[in-house]
Amino acid sequence: MTERPLPMTFSVEIPARADYVSFVRVVVAAAALDWSGFPADRVEDLKLAVSEATTNAINAHHRVGRTDGIHLRCTASADGIEVTVSDRGSGFHPADRQTLPDPEDPARLMHESGLGLDLIEALTDEFELTSDREGTDVRMVVYSDQRRRS
Amino acid sequence: MHSHQAADFSVLTVAGELDVVGAPELRQQVLGRIAQGDHRLVLDLSGVDYIDSFGVGVVIGALKRVRLLDGELRLVVPERQVRRVFELCDLDRIFKLHETLEQALEGR
Repeated sequence: MTERPLPMTFSVEIPARADYVSFVRVVVAAAALDWSGFPADRVEDLKLAVSEATTNAINAHHRVGRTDGIHLRCTASADGIEVTVSDRGSGFHPADRQTLPDPEDPARLMHESGLGLDLIEALTDEFELTSDREGTDVRMVVYSDQRRRS
Repeated sequence: MHSHQAADFSVLTVAGELDVVGAPELRQQVLGRIAQGDHRLVLDLSGVDYIDSFGVGVVIGALKRVRLLDGELRLVVPERQVRRVFELCDLDRIFKLHETLEQALEGR
Protein backbone atom coordinates (compact mmCIF):
# COMPACT_ATOMS: atom_id res chain seq x y z
CA MET A 1 0.00 0.00 0.00
CA THR A 2 1.39 3.40 -0.99
CA GLU A 3 0.75 6.29 1.37
CA ARG A 4 0.00 9.33 -0.77
CA PRO A 5 -0.21 12.83 0.67
CA LEU A 6 -3.77 13.92 1.44
CA PRO A 7 -5.99 15.17 0.06
CA MET A 8 -5.90 12.77 -2.84
CA THR A 9 -8.25 13.67 -5.65
CA PHE A 10 -9.09 12.04 -8.95
CA SER A 11 -11.86 12.29 -11.49
CA VAL A 12 -13.20 9.77 -13.94
CA GLU A 13 -15.71 10.00 -16.73
CA ILE A 14 -17.59 6.88 -17.72
CA PRO A 15 -19.91 6.27 -20.64
CA ALA A 16 -23.57 6.48 -19.60
CA ARG A 17 -23.93 2.71 -19.87
CA ALA A 18 -25.15 0.27 -17.25
CA ASP A 19 -22.24 -2.09 -17.89
CA TYR A 20 -19.88 0.55 -16.49
CA VAL A 21 -21.48 0.61 -13.04
CA SER A 22 -19.50 -2.41 -11.87
CA PHE A 23 -16.32 -0.68 -13.10
CA VAL A 24 -17.15 2.31 -10.89
CA ARG A 25 -17.55 -0.01 -7.90
CA VAL A 26 -14.09 -1.45 -8.52
CA VAL A 27 -12.50 2.02 -8.83
CA VAL A 28 -14.12 3.37 -5.67
CA ALA A 29 -13.30 0.25 -3.68
CA ALA A 30 -9.68 0.42 -4.88
CA ALA A 31 -9.43 4.06 -3.74
CA ALA A 32 -10.87 3.17 -0.32
CA LEU A 33 -8.69 0.10 0.15
CA ASP A 34 -5.61 2.00 -0.95
CA TRP A 35 -5.93 4.44 1.92
CA SER A 36 -5.16 3.03 5.33
CA GLY A 37 -7.23 5.69 7.15
CA PHE A 38 -10.47 4.47 5.65
CA PRO A 39 -12.46 2.04 7.77
CA ALA A 40 -12.40 -1.39 6.11
CA ASP A 41 -15.95 -2.12 7.26
CA ARG A 42 -17.27 0.88 5.31
CA VAL A 43 -15.79 0.02 1.90
CA GLU A 44 -18.93 -1.89 0.90
CA ASP A 45 -21.10 1.04 2.04
CA LEU A 46 -19.17 3.49 -0.13
CA LYS A 47 -19.24 1.11 -3.10
CA LEU A 48 -22.98 0.61 -2.88
CA ALA A 49 -23.78 4.31 -2.37
CA VAL A 50 -21.64 5.39 -5.33
CA SER A 51 -23.04 2.58 -7.45
CA GLU A 52 -26.62 3.69 -6.72
CA ALA A 53 -25.80 7.32 -7.58
CA THR A 54 -24.05 6.27 -10.80
CA THR A 55 -26.99 4.10 -11.87
CA ASN A 56 -29.35 7.02 -11.27
CA ALA A 57 -27.08 9.32 -13.30
CA ILE A 58 -26.94 6.89 -16.23
CA ASN A 59 -30.73 6.59 -16.17
CA ALA A 60 -31.01 10.41 -16.11
CA HIS A 61 -28.98 10.62 -19.32
CA HIS A 62 -31.00 7.88 -20.97
CA ARG A 63 -34.27 9.62 -20.15
CA VAL A 64 -33.24 12.70 -22.13
CA GLY A 65 -31.32 10.83 -24.83
CA ARG A 66 -27.88 12.15 -23.84
CA THR A 67 -24.91 10.11 -24.99
CA ASP A 68 -22.16 11.98 -23.15
CA GLY A 69 -20.50 10.63 -20.04
CA ILE A 70 -21.11 10.68 -16.29
CA HIS A 71 -18.52 12.44 -14.13
CA LEU A 72 -17.25 11.17 -10.80
CA ARG A 73 -14.90 13.09 -8.56
CA CYS A 74 -13.36 11.35 -5.57
CA THR A 75 -11.37 13.00 -2.78
CA ALA A 76 -9.70 11.20 0.11
CA SER A 77 -8.86 13.52 2.98
CA ALA A 78 -8.26 13.15 6.70
CA ASP A 79 -12.05 13.44 7.11
CA GLY A 80 -12.89 10.53 4.84
CA ILE A 81 -13.75 9.85 1.23
CA GLU A 82 -16.03 12.20 -0.65
CA VAL A 83 -17.48 11.22 -4.01
CA THR A 84 -19.60 13.44 -6.23
CA VAL A 85 -21.48 11.91 -9.14
CA SER A 86 -22.62 14.46 -11.73
CA ASP A 87 -24.98 14.03 -14.64
CA ARG A 88 -26.40 16.38 -17.25
CA GLY A 89 -29.91 14.97 -17.20
CA SER A 90 -33.06 17.01 -16.82
CA GLY A 91 -32.77 17.32 -13.06
CA PHE A 92 -34.65 16.04 -10.09
CA HIS A 93 -36.56 18.02 -7.53
CA PRO A 94 -35.76 16.71 -4.05
CA ALA A 95 -39.40 17.35 -3.10
CA ASP A 96 -40.42 14.81 -5.76
CA ARG A 97 -38.63 12.08 -3.89
CA GLN A 98 -41.26 9.54 -2.98
CA THR A 99 -41.89 8.52 0.58
CA LEU A 100 -42.08 4.77 0.85
CA PRO A 101 -44.92 3.21 2.84
CA ASP A 102 -44.09 1.27 5.98
CA PRO A 103 -42.69 -2.17 5.09
CA GLU A 104 -45.66 -3.90 6.67
CA ASP A 105 -48.13 -1.82 4.63
CA PRO A 106 -49.28 -3.94 1.62
CA ALA A 107 -48.83 -0.79 -0.50
CA ARG A 108 -45.09 -1.07 0.10
CA LEU A 109 -44.96 -3.86 -2.46
CA MET A 110 -46.05 -1.42 -5.17
CA HIS A 111 -42.65 0.25 -4.88
CA GLU A 112 -40.13 -1.88 -6.73
CA SER A 113 -37.95 1.14 -7.54
CA GLY A 114 -37.07 4.38 -5.79
CA LEU A 115 -35.03 2.75 -3.05
CA GLY A 116 -31.71 4.10 -4.29
CA LEU A 117 -31.65 7.50 -2.58
CA ASP A 118 -32.84 6.02 0.71
CA LEU A 119 -30.01 3.52 0.53
CA ILE A 120 -27.42 6.21 -0.22
CA GLU A 121 -28.67 8.22 2.75
CA ALA A 122 -28.49 5.19 5.04
CA LEU A 123 -25.02 4.16 3.89
CA THR A 124 -23.21 7.51 4.01
CA ASP A 125 -22.32 10.01 6.74
CA GLU A 126 -23.10 13.01 4.52
CA PHE A 127 -25.44 13.06 1.54
CA GLU A 128 -26.33 16.10 -0.51
CA LEU A 129 -28.38 16.24 -3.68
CA THR A 130 -28.17 19.37 -5.84
CA SER A 131 -30.30 19.45 -8.95
CA ASP A 132 -31.62 21.83 -11.56
CA ARG A 133 -32.67 21.59 -15.20
CA GLU A 134 -29.01 21.30 -16.22
CA GLY A 135 -28.38 18.15 -14.23
CA THR A 136 -27.83 16.62 -10.81
CA ASP A 137 -24.87 16.38 -8.45
CA VAL A 138 -24.97 13.77 -5.71
CA ARG A 139 -22.31 14.33 -3.06
CA MET A 140 -21.59 11.56 -0.58
CA VAL A 141 -19.06 11.32 2.24
CA VAL A 142 -18.06 8.32 4.31
CA TYR A 143 -15.98 9.39 7.31
CA SER A 144 -12.52 8.15 8.17
CA ASP A 145 -11.80 6.38 11.44
CA GLN A 146 -10.21 9.59 12.71
CA ARG A 147 -13.28 11.71 11.88
CA ARG A 148 -15.64 9.15 13.39
CA ARG A 149 -13.73 9.24 16.65
CA SER A 150 -13.60 13.07 16.80
CA MET B 1 -28.77 -19.05 -12.50
CA HIS B 2 -30.62 -22.37 -12.42
CA SER B 3 -33.78 -23.80 -10.89
CA HIS B 4 -34.90 -27.08 -9.38
CA GLN B 5 -37.81 -28.45 -7.38
CA ALA B 6 -37.42 -29.13 -3.65
CA ALA B 7 -40.24 -30.03 -1.29
CA ASP B 8 -43.14 -28.18 -2.95
CA PHE B 9 -41.03 -25.17 -3.86
CA SER B 10 -39.36 -24.10 -7.05
CA VAL B 11 -35.84 -23.06 -6.05
CA LEU B 12 -34.03 -20.43 -8.12
CA THR B 13 -30.30 -20.40 -7.40
CA VAL B 14 -28.80 -17.01 -8.17
CA ALA B 15 -25.14 -16.02 -8.34
CA GLY B 16 -23.10 -12.94 -9.12
CA GLU B 17 -24.18 -9.33 -8.91
CA LEU B 18 -27.84 -8.31 -8.66
CA ASP B 19 -27.47 -4.78 -9.97
CA VAL B 20 -28.83 -2.85 -12.93
CA VAL B 21 -27.18 -5.43 -15.21
CA GLY B 22 -27.84 -8.67 -13.30
CA ALA B 23 -31.25 -7.99 -11.78
CA PRO B 24 -33.26 -8.02 -15.06
CA GLU B 25 -32.20 -11.63 -15.69
CA LEU B 26 -33.56 -12.64 -12.30
CA ARG B 27 -36.81 -10.82 -13.08
CA GLN B 28 -37.15 -12.85 -16.30
CA GLN B 29 -36.44 -16.09 -14.45
CA VAL B 30 -39.02 -15.31 -11.77
CA LEU B 31 -41.65 -14.35 -14.35
CA GLY B 32 -40.84 -17.55 -16.23
CA ARG B 33 -41.35 -19.74 -13.15
CA ILE B 34 -44.62 -18.00 -12.30
CA ALA B 35 -45.82 -18.41 -15.91
CA GLN B 36 -45.06 -22.16 -15.55
CA GLY B 37 -47.43 -22.24 -12.58
CA ASP B 38 -44.80 -22.18 -9.82
CA HIS B 39 -46.20 -19.88 -7.18
CA ARG B 40 -44.12 -21.15 -4.27
CA LEU B 41 -40.60 -19.90 -4.85
CA VAL B 42 -37.33 -19.90 -2.98
CA LEU B 43 -34.70 -17.44 -4.15
CA ASP B 44 -31.36 -18.83 -3.04
CA LEU B 45 -29.06 -15.80 -3.00
CA SER B 46 -26.14 -17.69 -1.41
CA GLY B 47 -23.98 -17.04 -4.46
CA VAL B 48 -24.85 -13.34 -4.70
CA ASP B 49 -21.94 -11.16 -3.65
CA TYR B 50 -23.52 -7.80 -4.42
CA ILE B 51 -27.07 -6.47 -4.46
CA ASP B 52 -28.32 -2.93 -4.93
CA SER B 53 -31.72 -1.28 -5.13
CA PHE B 54 -32.40 -2.86 -8.53
CA GLY B 55 -31.87 -6.33 -7.14
CA VAL B 56 -34.01 -5.55 -4.10
CA GLY B 57 -36.68 -4.16 -6.43
CA VAL B 58 -36.81 -7.42 -8.37
CA VAL B 59 -37.21 -9.39 -5.13
CA ILE B 60 -40.05 -7.07 -4.04
CA GLY B 61 -41.66 -7.55 -7.47
CA ALA B 62 -41.40 -11.32 -7.09
CA LEU B 63 -43.05 -11.20 -3.67
CA LYS B 64 -45.86 -9.01 -4.98
CA ARG B 65 -46.57 -11.36 -7.89
CA VAL B 66 -46.61 -14.60 -5.89
CA ARG B 67 -48.79 -13.05 -3.18
CA LEU B 68 -51.34 -12.04 -5.81
CA LEU B 69 -51.50 -15.73 -6.71
CA ASP B 70 -51.71 -16.85 -3.06
CA GLY B 71 -48.18 -18.13 -3.40
CA GLU B 72 -45.13 -17.72 -1.23
CA LEU B 73 -41.59 -16.42 -1.56
CA ARG B 74 -38.73 -17.41 0.70
CA LEU B 75 -35.21 -16.03 0.63
CA VAL B 76 -31.85 -17.60 1.41
CA VAL B 77 -29.45 -14.78 2.26
CA PRO B 78 -26.39 -15.94 4.19
CA GLU B 79 -24.00 -13.23 2.95
CA ARG B 80 -23.66 -10.42 5.48
CA GLN B 81 -23.48 -7.49 3.08
CA VAL B 82 -26.44 -8.69 0.99
CA ARG B 83 -28.43 -9.25 4.18
CA ARG B 84 -27.52 -5.74 5.31
CA VAL B 85 -29.01 -4.17 2.16
CA PHE B 86 -32.36 -5.87 2.89
CA GLU B 87 -32.15 -4.64 6.47
CA LEU B 88 -31.32 -1.06 5.42
CA CYS B 89 -34.43 -1.10 3.22
CA ASP B 90 -36.41 -2.38 6.23
CA LEU B 91 -37.33 -5.42 4.18
CA ASP B 92 -36.28 -7.86 6.87
CA ARG B 93 -39.65 -6.92 8.38
CA ILE B 94 -41.56 -8.51 5.46
CA PHE B 95 -39.09 -11.23 4.48
CA LYS B 96 -37.57 -13.77 6.77
CA LEU B 97 -33.95 -14.00 5.64
CA HIS B 98 -32.93 -17.65 5.93
CA GLU B 99 -29.31 -18.71 6.40
CA THR B 100 -29.54 -21.96 4.42
CA LEU B 101 -31.74 -23.52 1.76
CA GLU B 102 -32.73 -26.27 4.22
CA GLN B 103 -33.98 -23.69 6.71
CA ALA B 104 -35.89 -21.87 3.99
CA LEU B 105 -37.61 -25.07 2.82
CA GLU B 106 -38.51 -25.94 6.40
CA GLY B 107 -39.65 -22.37 7.09
CA ARG B 108 -37.42 -21.90 10.11
